[in-house]
Amino acid sequence: MMDLIPQFVIDLWSSLPPTIQYLTIVTWKILFVMIGVILVVAFSTYFERKVIGSMQSRVGPNRVGPLGLGQPFADVIKLLCKEVIIPAQSNRFLFIIAPLLSLTPALAAWAVIPMNATFVIADINAGLLYVLALTSVGVYGVILAGWATNSKYAFLGAMRSAAQIVAYEIAMGFALVGVLMAGGSLNIGDIIEAQSGGFSNWFLVPLFPLFLVYWISGVAETNRAPFDVAEGESEIVAGYHVEYSGVAFAIFFLAEYANMVLISALTAIFFFGGWASPFEGWTFLGEDALLRQGSFVWLFAKICFFMYTFFWLRATFPRYRYDQIMRLGWKVFIPVTIIWIAVESVMAWMQVGPSSGLAG
Amino acid sequence: MIFEAILFYMFATVMIGAALGVVFSRNPVHSVMFLVLTFFQSACLWLMAEAEFLAIVLVLVYVGAVMVLFLFVIMMLEVNVEAVKRGLTRYAPLAIAFALVLVVELIQLIWLRSQDIQVWSSFIPNPEGYNNTEALGAVLYTEHVYAFEIAAVILLLAIVAAITLTMRKRPGLKVQNISKQVAVRAKDRIRIVKMDAEKKS
Repeated sequence: MMDLIPQFVIDLWSSLPPTIQYLTIVTWKILFVMIGVILVVAFSTYFERKVIGSMQSRVGPNRVGPLGLGQPFADVIKLLCKEVIIPAQSNRFLFIIAPLLSLTPALAAWAVIPMNATFVIADINAGLLYVLALTSVGVYGVILAGWATNSKYAFLGAMRSAAQIVAYEIAMGFALVGVLMAGGSLNIGDIIEAQSGGFSNWFLVPLFPLFLVYWISGVAETNRAPFDVAEGESEIVAGYHVEYSGVAFAIFFLAEYANMVLISALTAIFFFGGWASPFEGWTFLGEDALLRQGSFVWLFAKICFFMYTFFWLRATFPRYRYDQIMRLGWKVFIPVTIIWIAVESVMAWMQVGPSSGLAG
Repeated sequence: MIFEAILFYMFATVMIGAALGVVFSRNPVHSVMFLVLTFFQSACLWLMAEAEFLAIVLVLVYVGAVMVLFLFVIMMLEVNVEAVKRGLTRYAPLAIAFALVLVVELIQLIWLRSQDIQVWSSFIPNPEGYNNTEALGAVLYTEHVYAFEIAAVILLLAIVAAITLTMRKRPGLKVQNISKQVAVRAKDRIRIVKMDAEKKS
């Protein structure tokens, strides 16, 4: 590998000051992850339409390119070419900045997600808190879009979204308290390390109720069906993005799907061992068996599974009624998480399960 | 060093500008957004002081939850900007007096501190392997555990008080009993009656 690079390139590289070297490497890492996420987002729209199509006995997109694989690009080009209409009575600045406010946190959170044992953009100590903080900032895009549009429908969507996200944020945070208790660290790499040793060591087993709460709250946080009351096309037209068109709408769309991929990745990391292989504990496969090696492929497979579950939920369930969403969040999920954290501390005290190290 | 100083002054300038924006902007929603920016900038300053836990928790709690509720309330209210502006001029002397007292106190504090320790030109880097979260937890759960628990009880009390103050039972409200709805079976709702076919006369 190193032989392929000409000597003068290596000389030039080592002549650069270390700050510049570091900046170059980080910039390339960021570009790599961003382009990856955006490609995954593009193809997950195709994936979604195919999955829902087959669940409803339709074919889904099949016109653009082989198997319709060019469909995402056709959609993007169409949206880019459309005119962006800004309503006359709207708050112009906030109207334009709102889609960006919802996309930026969704992309910035990827900075702390480890792709495999070595690749992570920023390996920070409080990685879990960072993710939680950024996912909670994403709601500003939705609220400001609804308010800046100066339309009653958009405003209703924004209000619903704000109340819903505040409610589910708490349940999500409590579920993650359980994860950090079991992992004994706020660093995401350490949390994955704590789950090594095959699928029986994943946090899914001891923290099953927290997994359910986290996953359902994740669906609610991303405003996806059956929790999509913020959009609610049959009740309030399209909710907060009713007046958005062209690129501005495309950015909202991108933000929603980037958030879905992020939530899928986080669920995989916190409860399904992240990039670790599920067969790590199968010693009969041999020491260096490919199946036992942790790699990005496993993380990707887990993300794909959870994305599929998003689409599955959307095709299966009717939309929740608003008061039932609130009831589920406040009266069911928060008590469940608090009880399970207590159960977990008893488990730690009795020296069973992953958090047994905490007792000492 | 010089890079850190540039960053510090940049964040500090934006923070002060945003704080002024909170007070002087005419639109209450803009004020809230300026306040969010102020919180972000102070989080950045804390990050520079290697207090990552505090910085991220500031964003998580204030930006992620408190300010969302603020926005929620402010958007629901029709705020009369003219009345607010009149209030600003009327309360300005009081506000300035408070601000002056605060400034004097801060200067005194800085002066007192600079007596016994030497003033650093920049943030002191922490030793290798320093974990802000761990350090904070070690202090909070040992030395200050009493104050910590009192704070927790006060917060719990506040939650209970807020719920009891706002909870009201309206009579005549039609609500579903969800567990009853879920538990319903077909045989509770319909009765199948067997009867012989009648002959046409």
